[in-house]
Amino acid sequence: MEIELEQGWEIVLRGFNKLKNIVEGLPEPQFTSEDYMKLYTTVYTMCTQKPPHDYSQQLYDRYRESIEDYITSTVLPSLREKHDEFMLRELVKRWTNHKVMVRWLSRFFHYLDRYFIARRSLSPLNEVGLTCFRNLVYLELNGKVRDAVISLIDQEREGEQIDRALLKNILDIFVEIGMGQMDYYENDFEDAMLKDTAAYYSRKASNWIQEDSCPDYMLKAEECLKREKERVSHYLHSSSEPKLLEKVQNELLSVYGNQLLEKEHSGCHALLRDDKVNDLSRMFRLFSKIPRGLEPVSSIFKQHVTGEGTALVKQAEDAASNKKSVGLQVFVRKVIELHDKYLAYVSDCFQNHTLFHKALKEAFEIFCNKGVSGSSSAELLATFCDNILKKGGSEKLSDEAIEETLEKVVKLLAYISDKDLFAEFYRKKLARRLLFDKSANDDHVTDLTLARENQTSFEEYLGNNANANPGIDLTVTVLTTGFWPSYKSFDLNLPVEMVKCVEVFREFYQTKTKHRKITWIYSLGTCNLIGKFEPKTMELIVTTYQASALLLFNTADRLSYSEIMAQLNLTDDDVVRLLHSLSCAKYKILIKDPNTKTISPTDSFEFNTKFTDKMRRIKIPLPPVDEKKKVIEDVDKDRRYAIDASIVRIMKSRKTLCHQPLVMECVAQLGRMFKPDIKAIKKRIEDLISRDYLERDKDNPNLFRYLA
Amino acid sequence: MERIDNVFYSYANKSSGLIDPEGIEALCSDLEVDHTDVRILMLAWKMKSEKQGYFTLEEWRRGLKALRADNVHKLKKALPELEKEVKRPTNFVDFYSYAFQYCLTGNEKEKQKSIDIESICQLLDLALGFQFRSQVDYFIDYLKIQSDYKVINLDQWMGFYRFCNEINFPGLSNYDPELAWPLILDNFVEWLREKQT
Repeated sequence: MEIELEQGWEIVLRGFNKLKNIVEGLPEPQFTSEDYMKLYTTVYTMCTQKPPHDYSQQLYDRYRESIEDYITSTVLPSLREKHDEFMLRELVKRWTNHKVMVRWLSRFFHYLDRYFIARRSLSPLNEVGLTCFRNLVYLELNGKVRDAVISLIDQEREGEQIDRALLKNILDIFVEIGMGQMDYYENDFEDAMLKDTAAYYSRKASNWIQEDSCPDYMLKAEECLKREKERVSHYLHSSSEPKLLEKVQNELLSVYGNQLLEKEHSGCHALLRDDKVNDLSRMFRLFSKIPRGLEPVSSIFKQHVTGEGTALVKQAEDAASNKKSVGLQVFVRKVIELHDKYLAYVSDCFQNHTLFHKALKEAFEIFCNKGVSGSSSAELLATFCDNILKKGGSEKLSDEAIEETLEKVVKLLAYISDKDLFAEFYRKKLARRLLFDKSANDDHVTDLTLARENQTSFEEYLGNNANANPGIDLTVTVLTTGFWPSYKSFDLNLPVEMVKCVEVFREFYQTKTKHRKITWIYSLGTCNLIGKFEPKTMELIVTTYQASALLLFNTADRLSYSEIMAQLNLTDDDVVRLLHSLSCAKYKILIKDPNTKTISPTDSFEFNTKFTDKMRRIKIPLPPVDEKKKVIEDVDKDRRYAIDASIVRIMKSRKTLCHQPLVMECVAQLGRMFKPDIKAIKKRIEDLISRDYLERDKDNPNLFRYLA
Repeated sequence: MERIDNVFYSYANKSSGLIDPEGIEALCSDLEVDHTDVRILMLAWKMKSEKQGYFTLEEWRRGLKALRADNVHKLKKALPELEKEVKRPTNFVDFYSYAFQYCLTGNEKEKQKSIDIESICQLLDLALGFQFRSQVDYFIDYLKIQSDYKVINLDQWMGFYRFCNEINFPGLSNYDPELAWPLILDNFVEWLREKQT
């Protein structure tokens, strides 16, 4: 049975009208499966009749036309009469209805989709239905809708309650209308929304930056960012999040970043000064989000730490100029505390970011390499370690505390460019600790253990050879030269009593070994003397130098400075030092003429027979020679060798190399131990040319050649 | 050749067979030049004389043949021409470098490699003074007041010549201590700049 076009369309139209009524919510019974079957069969028949009775094309066209008709007659008028939020609600409703309608209609016309449309590659029914809405409704209204939405967003930003679900539904329309493309959402809504956001926060920021302190501003900024993020999760499309946050960060942080950080009473400087760790952490979180945002923060951090450190240097300088030697010890302590404090800042507030590690390092390098009142930091650190480690030092610490403190010193050492100088000072001081039994921890030094065994066997030897006994108790510590720093030797004319001791020991030592040479270092010796003073007899604990000077008075009542100097065969420096310790310090064993506080070459000395003290046994200290100059000289010499070796090593592998890369490589090779001076390197190159290790290229004066 | 040899023997020491310092003194007085005159150094260069203060027969022949002189009179007349020859840029570097090596003392095995400051000052004045008067005067002043160097080696000596040729003086605007100039020249320039301010 054949169906004519108008006859069939009549049936379809009836179904369409029923559908309209249902969707509009008018009283209308639901579709039954018979209704549905009838509609489907009608369309099917109309499409499968032989031409010219195949009405597929006509049905396809009328499908669109009737949807358009419905929109123009019903949908648009109802939208046009509404405004703002009401318009939005109506739109959501109309869009929902429209989708329902298109879904039903496509079922009725399903056969078109399956054959006619597929075969001719036409737009599918669903798409045609939605496109109708887009062309007729969306295109007319999207501007109004966008403005209404943005205005609601701004209301929400100002703290008003808004219907988020409504916005979510509206924005879904922008997305769905793209049918898989985001263009409509992005171009018709998102662009304008982002512009509005920028304008909104630009207004806000310009007020806040005037009125608020830096911490308050940051609190607001962080809160805004949090809210915007929530906004996205509530109703914006997720793809908007990075763009939206970028706008907000830009207006709140990038634009006013410097002004904010530099705020006089509450900016970054002030926060560091007042230890506002929470605010600083917030600052890090905020500024880490904007491009290059952390650079100014880390630079202020570096300035601040440098300032604090420099203040410590200044304090220590002042203390030193007031002759407070503890000042230097305290200084190192304080530098360690400073480092602890700001390292914690770097790890806690600044999340271990490399920029801040670098800033901390650079700051410490600046003031750690300054030195305090003539002492380099290398020396101060070595002295500090020595004080911690020696027995009865000024610091009394548990083993754990010592370990912990030393680890901190090692961290500081990383900032010091003269590591070799530290090593040399440290070595000297270690030797002193070990030799004078001041070290709290020396069991492992084999050389000292051997020396003690040696002493035991010397005592046995004396027991067995009664005639060899010098009549004085003698303890000798025999050490291996290379293991210890170098000391002056053989400089003192020993008193006869002691010469005998030396000979006895030498004889003993030859019985033990034939091939070793003993070098005596009198400057490190100590003696216990019995002093027969008129009030009482006392025991004096002195150095070998002091003892030698005192023993001169066994045979003379009065000696001039020059006589003492000649008899002892010592330098002026040594003579002044030891005479001062015996005549001008706490214990005046010698009477100096004239009686002044300093030693002069025209002075004379007499034994003070009246001397006494409430103790029976006293130790007369001899301040050690200032080793600083020698240490620095030694280190300079070592550096010359190190630079020579480095240059030769480089040139040996390169054969020819230009001046600048040679210098750079040399600096890099040696940087671990010290920072070589460029002039020092040039000087060594000059020297190596003289010694025929290098030559300058004939044609290129900047090029050196290695001479094998 | 015979005449050249005859002139040689008239100045040579009978026992050593060389013209020694005394012979050179006599030659100078016949040539009517001072023995410290730069022309004597130029003559030594022409002969390729190896040891300061001595001329061997071979060196004498080499020099006089090249100068086309077979008596003292001709030799004297050849000196202005020799002076011109030395001052030609291609020859001058060679002469300047020769001057340093000529002044090194010691035998071949243990030849010195450097010259003390005092001698260097005289040599600079003699060998370079007529070319770069002002640079040489300042450098000599500097060498005399500084205490870092007691001797100068060939590299430093040649470096100063390069300095005179390449560096604006007294502006020093193109001097760059980052380059491989010998340190002594860096120090010299530092000293000059301090003086200028």
